[in-house]
Amino acid sequence: MKKLINKPEDVVREELEGLALAYPDIVKVHFEPDFVYRADAPVKGQVAIVSGGGSGHEPMHGGLVGVGMLSAACPGQVFTSPTPDQMLEATMMVDGGAGVLHIVKNYTGDVMNFEMAADMAREEGIKVLSILIDDDAAVKDSLWTAGRRGVGTTVLAEKICGAAAEKGWPLEKVADLCRKVNINGRSMGMALTSCTVPMAGKPTFDLPEDEMEIGIGIHGEPGRTRMKLKTADEITEMLALGVIEDPAYTRIVREWDEGQGEWVEVELVDPPFKAGDKVLAFVNNMGGSAAIEPPIIYRKLHEICEKKGLKIVRNLIGAYITSLEMQGCSITLLKMDDELIKLWDAPVKTIGMRWGM
Amino acid sequence: MMTKSQVLEWLRATAVVIEENRQYLTDLDSPIGDADHGINMDRGFKKIVSKLPGVEEKDIGAILKTSGMALITSVGGAGGPLYGTFLMDAGKAVAGKDELSGDDLVALLDAGLKGVIRIGKTNLEDKTMVDALHPAVEALKKAVADGQDTVEALHLMTDAAYEGMKATIPMLARKGRASYLGERSIGHQDPGATSSYLLLKTLTETVEADQSD
Repeated sequence: MKKLINKPEDVVREELEGLALAYPDIVKVHFEPDFVYRADAPVKGQVAIVSGGGSGHEPMHGGLVGVGMLSAACPGQVFTSPTPDQMLEATMMVDGGAGVLHIVKNYTGDVMNFEMAADMAREEGIKVLSILIDDDAAVKDSLWTAGRRGVGTTVLAEKICGAAAEKGWPLEKVADLCRKVNINGRSMGMALTSCTVPMAGKPTFDLPEDEMEIGIGIHGEPGRTRMKLKTADEITEMLALGVIEDPAYTRIVREWDEGQGEWVEVELVDPPFKAGDKVLAFVNNMGGSAAIEPPIIYRKLHEICEKKGLKIVRNLIGAYITSLEMQGCSITLLKMDDELIKLWDAPVKTIGMRWGM
Repeated sequence: MMTKSQVLEWLRATAVVIEENRQYLTDLDSPIGDADHGINMDRGFKKIVSKLPGVEEKDIGAILKTSGMALITSVGGAGGPLYGTFLMDAGKAVAGKDELSGDDLVALLDAGLKGVIRIGKTNLEDKTMVDALHPAVEALKKAVADGQDTVEALHLMTDAAYEGMKATIPMLARKGRASYLGERSIGHQDPGATSSYLLLKTLTETVEADQSD
């Protein structure tokens, strides 16, 4: 294992220390329990947005904290969900009195820990709603798996919901918006190489020099299928068609019902893409591919979208939701409307994403 | 019967066993998970050991609840809430007690198992820790009802946990990250079932070692 680290067990803490020193105008860092929060938190009267998950996906989530995006992010150990005490304290720290939205990626551990934290925060008198992000079209069914994973759409939902909170939207409307982004976004990823969890010290899986893994998540977990290496155009076509041609996806998720005062099961359906849709196209570098490569993917994605009648109205290209040093990419398409476009364009100032201010 | 000092010793011994098996559990988690189970459990049980001096004077229920909370706030992932709830709910079932009869042990483990099923929404044969815990609790229940002495009953429990753990190998995972692999999850032993087996095996060894002294 070759990494720019000191001791494997100090990786997360030392990263947070570095961020705190480098960006004091954007974020503050709280230790024990660990979380990153907006330098100006709490913002009175404004809905706060808290996310989090295992580390190793930088800049998500700590690098997406700031004006116009997340209020706080809770980093777990590498690829391990954070713990409820982190989420609880982060929620209490950033609550400005208008309530807190938890944006949770659909992984067994993240869901369990965030549910516990939301219950604890409500006991403290804070209004909390939770929305799951489950957009990974590589996972076909939800009946025999833990359901689709939360991947690229998470970044887009955090940006869009952060803008809405900044504009003063109430909690229920921000939660509805987050759900809307989730059901209209789909992703698929692939890996050219595995990645090495610092504490494990060796690659999570073996991938021969001439093979690639399609349908991976963001934790170095193996994907659906393995095949011989193909060209960028062929890879892009596989991922893009996997997203564009994915049929309606139906599953049941748990959401907190404020009226009933309990967690309820809600059936959600992702509508399929259709010709004429306006989309945001997001090409994500999994962390280890050279920056010269994602535009090559975008070039082909643009062509495929045109052929399918999808109009790309906004795009995002770069490393935003990574899997340590894994080489590879993911493609996310989000169906846009005028409201989403306006919120996407709104000013944002975080470590990893900044425009308009 | 199991005394309070044996419960404390069980938790400390489990921390040692988990540390010894840290790499093994992480290796099991690599092909079908995300290569962190041993690392996370090791961090959690070390946290438990650091908390024990503060609760040694309290009853078994309080000791287990504190241990569960230590796991919930230090492990993360799915393992934190699952094992944390296992110990917390187990603790609630034996609140106020300073020693445990065979029936108490059944109540303790049964409550822990039910907590895991509640939090994980897990069924048998989903290829999870429940596949080791459930047959183990059933075996203990039967052995205690049959009037076996504690050590013998615990041995039957451990044997059932071992069989349950091995039975996860041919299973298709339906919960957790392994579920994303579909057919490719077949042929791998579940890391959570393995750590559950180690936890119960250590319990049995702790009680047995103490009785043979």
